[in-house]
Amino acid sequence: MTASDALTAVLVLPAAAAAMLALMPGYRASAWGNVAASFLTFAAAASLFVLERPEPGAFLHIDDLNIVFIVLNTFVGFTAAFFSASYIGHELEIGRVTPVNLRFYHAMYQLMMFGMNLALVSNNIGLMWVAIELATLTTVVMVGLYRTHEALEAAWKYFILGSVGIALALFGTILVYMAAQPVLGEGQPSMIWTNLMTGAASFNPAMLNVAFVFLLVGYGTKVGLAPFHAWLPDAHAEGPTPISAVLSGLLLNVALYAVLRFKLLMAANPGALTPGPLMVALGLISLVFAAAMLYRRRDIKRLFAYSSIEHMGIIVFAFGMGGPLANFAGLLHMVMHSLTKSAIFFAVGSIAQIKGSQKIAEIRGLTQSHPALGWGLVLAVLSIAGMPPSGVFMSEFLVVTSSFSQMPLLTLVLVLGLLLAFGALLMRLTGFAFGEPSGQNAPMYGSLAPLWLHMALVLFIGLHMPQAMVDWFQTVAALLG
Amino acid sequence: MHDYAFDIAHLLASSLVLVSFMLIYQDRIYALLNVFALQALLLAFAVAWQAWIQGAHHLYVSAAIALIFKAMIVPWALHRMVQRLGIQREVETVVGVVPTMLVGMGLVALSVLLMLQLTEAAESAIAREDLAFSLSVILLGMLMMVTRRNAVSQVVGFMSLENGLILAATGAQGMPFVVEISVAFSVLIAMIVIGVFLFRIRERFDTVDVEVLDQYRGERQ
Repeated sequence: MTASDALTAVLVLPAAAAAMLALMPGYRASAWGNVAASFLTFAAAASLFVLERPEPGAFLHIDDLNIVFIVLNTFVGFTAAFFSASYIGHELEIGRVTPVNLRFYHAMYQLMMFGMNLALVSNNIGLMWVAIELATLTTVVMVGLYRTHEALEAAWKYFILGSVGIALALFGTILVYMAAQPVLGEGQPSMIWTNLMTGAASFNPAMLNVAFVFLLVGYGTKVGLAPFHAWLPDAHAEGPTPISAVLSGLLLNVALYAVLRFKLLMAANPGALTPGPLMVALGLISLVFAAAMLYRRRDIKRLFAYSSIEHMGIIVFAFGMGGPLANFAGLLHMVMHSLTKSAIFFAVGSIAQIKGSQKIAEIRGLTQSHPALGWGLVLAVLSIAGMPPSGVFMSEFLVVTSSFSQMPLLTLVLVLGLLLAFGALLMRLTGFAFGEPSGQNAPMYGSLAPLWLHMALVLFIGLHMPQAMVDWFQTVAALLG
Repeated sequence: MHDYAFDIAHLLASSLVLVSFMLIYQDRIYALLNVFALQALLLAFAVAWQAWIQGAHHLYVSAAIALIFKAMIVPWALHRMVQRLGIQREVETVVGVVPTMLVGMGLVALSVLLMLQLTEAAESAIAREDLAFSLSVILLGMLMMVTRRNAVSQVVGFMSLENGLILAATGAQGMPFVVEISVAFSVLIAMIVIGVFLFRIRERFDTVDVEVLDQYRGERQ
C-alpha cells in the first residue's frame, strides 16, 4: 500500500460507510458498523506516519502539519464511535430516539468524519471550505436529533451562526483568490495551498489583510471564540453526548486548522499585517470570558462546553504568540484538550443516563455509587483543570512560560483566566464526585473503556512524552513560525 | 465596447444592492419573498453578463441555477410553506425600519470605501465594482438576519447574503468552476436543512417566530 492509497482510504472509507449505514436496518449492526468503519479509517490515517508521502496533488496533500490533525481526528472519531455504540441503545430504550433516527444518525456520523477528513487533507482552499461546510451541516442535523424544544433551538442557532460564519469565510477565500490571481494566474492554480505558499510573498498585502480578517471571524465562529461563541454551549448541551465529544474534540480543531493555514499564508507575505496580535486578543477574551461563565452553569454539559471555549482560547493565544516554544505548547495543548475533553464527555454521557438528568444539582457522590466512572471523571476533570502530572498541565505550563518571555503583562491576564477556570471546575467536581449519592441511580450502559484509554494516554504523555513525538511536534512548531 | 460592458455590469450589480434595501423595508412575508425572487433574477442576469464579457461559459450554469432554483423554486416553496403552515403573514422587526435603513446605508458606504481602496491596484474595474457591491449585499443580508424575528425572513436574509457571495465569486476572474457549483450546491443543502427545520419547528411550536424559541434559551431550571 502506498501513502496515496492510504490517503484515499481516509476519505473513501467514511463516505462508503455513510452510504452503507444509511441502507442498513437494525441499530445494533449499524452501531458496530460505525465503529468498524471508524477503526479502519484510523488505521489508514495512522499508516500515513510510516509510508512515504506522495507529491501534493491538485486536491489532496499531506504534510507535517495536517498529519497530526488527521491522526488525532480519526482516533477520537473511533473512540467516540465506540462509546456511541454502547451508549445509544439506552437512548432508544428510553424513547429519546427512534430506530429510523438512529440509522440516520450513524450515516451522518460517517458523513461528518468524511467532511472533517477532507477539510484536513485538502490542498485547495475552495475544497477545504466545502468540506468544513459539509461537516457543519451534518453536525447541525445531529444536534437536532432529539427533536425537543431545546434541541431544535440549539440546532437552529448553530445553523444560523454557523452559516454566517461560513459565509464570511467564503468571502475571505474569494479575496485570497483575488490576491493570488495576478501572481499565479487564473483558475485552479491560484487556489492550491502549496502554490499559494510559494507565491505568497508577491501577493497584494492589503487584500490579504482584509481576507484574513474575514477568515478569522468566519472560521473563528466555528472554533467557538468569544464573542462568536453563542452557538457552542447550546449545541453541546442539547445534542447526543457522543456528538458533544466529537464537536469539542474534533470540529473545533478542524476550524482551528483552517485558521492556522491562513496564518501561515499571512506570515509568508512580508507586507501583510502580523496575525498574532488579533489571535492573542481573541484567545485571551475567550479564555477570561469562558472562565468567568463557568461559575454560573447549572447544566453539566454546558459547564464543559464553556470549558472548551476556554481551552480553545488558550490554544489560539499560544499560536497567536508564535515562536517555536509557544507553537509547540499550542499543538500539545490542542491534542491534550481533544483527548481529555472527549473523555469528559464520555463520562458525562454515562452520568446523564444514570441520573436521568443533566442538572449539576442532581449529580452527587459518583465515586460512591459508581467508583470506576466517578474516579474516571475526577481524573479527567483534574486533568482539564491543569493539575500535574497530566499532559494538560505540561502544555499549559509551556504556554505560561513562553508568554512570560514574550508578553509579560498579558501573562497576568492569562494566569487569572486559568485560575478562575481551575476554581470553578474544582468547585463543581467536589459536588459531582463526593458526598452522599443523590437522585436516581440507574445502572450504567455506556462503556468506560474509551474514557480510561484517553486518560491513560493523557497521563502517559504528561509523565513521559515519547522522544519521537517531541521531535515531530518541534518540526511542526518550526513550520508554523 | 468595454465601457458598455462595464456600464451594464455596474447597473446589474448596483441594482442588487438596491433590492437588498427593498428587502429591508418589506413588512409582509409574501412581498418579501417576491422581492427576494427579483433579487435572484437580477443575480442571474448579472452572472450571465459576467459569463458573456469574461467568455467564461461555465458561469452560465451558475446563472441558470440562480434563475431556476433561487428565483423560482425557492420562493415558490417558501410561499407554499407559509400558506400551508399558516405562518403569520407580517414580518416582525426587532429594530424599526428607519434606523435599519440608516445602518444599511452606513454599511454600504463602508464596504465601498474599503473595497475600492483595497483593489486600487487591480486592473479590472468590473472586478473592483463587483467586489464593493457584493460586500454591500452580504452586509445588508446580515443586517436583515439580525433585525428580523421570523424564521422565514431570517432565511431570506441568509439567502440574500448568499447572492452577494455568488456575485463576488463570479466577479473574481477565472475563479475555478468547482467553487461556483459548490456554492450553488451548498445553497441547495442549506435549503433542505432549513426546510427540515422549519417543518420540525412547526411540528413542535405554533409559530416559527424565533423569539418564541428564545424562551427556551439558556439554563433549564
